[in-house]
Amino acid sequence: MRKVSFASLLLILITAINVQAQTANEPEMARVMRSNGKIYVVVLVLATIFAGIIAYLIRIDRKISKLEKNK
Amino acid sequence: MPVPSLNIINESIRNLYFHVPMWFTMILLFTGSFIYSIKYLRGGNLRDDIYASQLTNTGIFFSILGMLSGMEWATYTWGAPWSNDPKQLGTAMSMLIYFAYLILRGGLKDDEKRAKISAVYNIFAYALMIPLLWVLPRMVDSLHPGNGGNPGFNQYDLDKYMRMVFYPAVIGWFLIGLWIATLKIRWGLLKFERENDFQIEPEKNNK
Repeated sequence: MRKVSFASLLLILITAINVQAQTANEPEMARVMRSNGKIYVVVLVLATIFAGIIAYLIRIDRKISKLEKNK
Repeated sequence: MPVPSLNIINESIRNLYFHVPMWFTMILLFTGSFIYSIKYLRGGNLRDDIYASQLTNTGIFFSILGMLSGMEWATYTWGAPWSNDPKQLGTAMSMLIYFAYLILRGGLKDDEKRAKISAVYNIFAYALMIPLLWVLPRMVDSLHPGNGGNPGFNQYDLDKYMRMVFYPAVIGWFLIGLWIATLKIRWGLLKFERENDFQIEPEKNNK
């Protein structure tokens, strides 16, 4: 447990340092989403659609289970 | 697959494979719902009403996905999730019209009455959606491509590599949309049979 938390702390620190190094260079905002030719926008859209479809399918699943229960 | 290099939009042009088919699927499902509403009014078979309502439900779901994905995309290309673009406004209006359909159905308890009124409403909603999405945004300038004139995919929008991905993607999304709709229809039919003693006529209406 302690090992895990140490590792995550290290990870957070490293990312924080990374972000700081980036902000020093240029004024452009929302860096992650605008990096690499805005490919992460596509990732975000895909994640949204995937999450939406999964949520919708789970809802259908629940509705069907409810029907199955009260025969 | 390579995509054309463009300013501002950059790699996010690939959203075309996801954002646009959402709307195409929505149109397909609403069209199906429209057809089943007409069928219901002609034949009076409650099965057609269940088809129409579940197709609309799924269509609304896809419109929400399309709206969310569009707003995310717009945040990083147009600078804001909502910029009162004519197409955004038209879409928001038709979404509200279809939300009202859900409320209308929720408010009526009698099966026959609900089926009849919502079928009529659905036909009006579809007739309103067409100008709101396809006609009005094209008559004014818009941030969306292909507005303020004839869109025509072939003109400047889609290069040939993107087409090779885009058309299969549209077919795939159509199939996913129809599959989800059929799941919901099957659920609707089952529920109806559980709640009522009589079965729905399996095929063809009683004339």
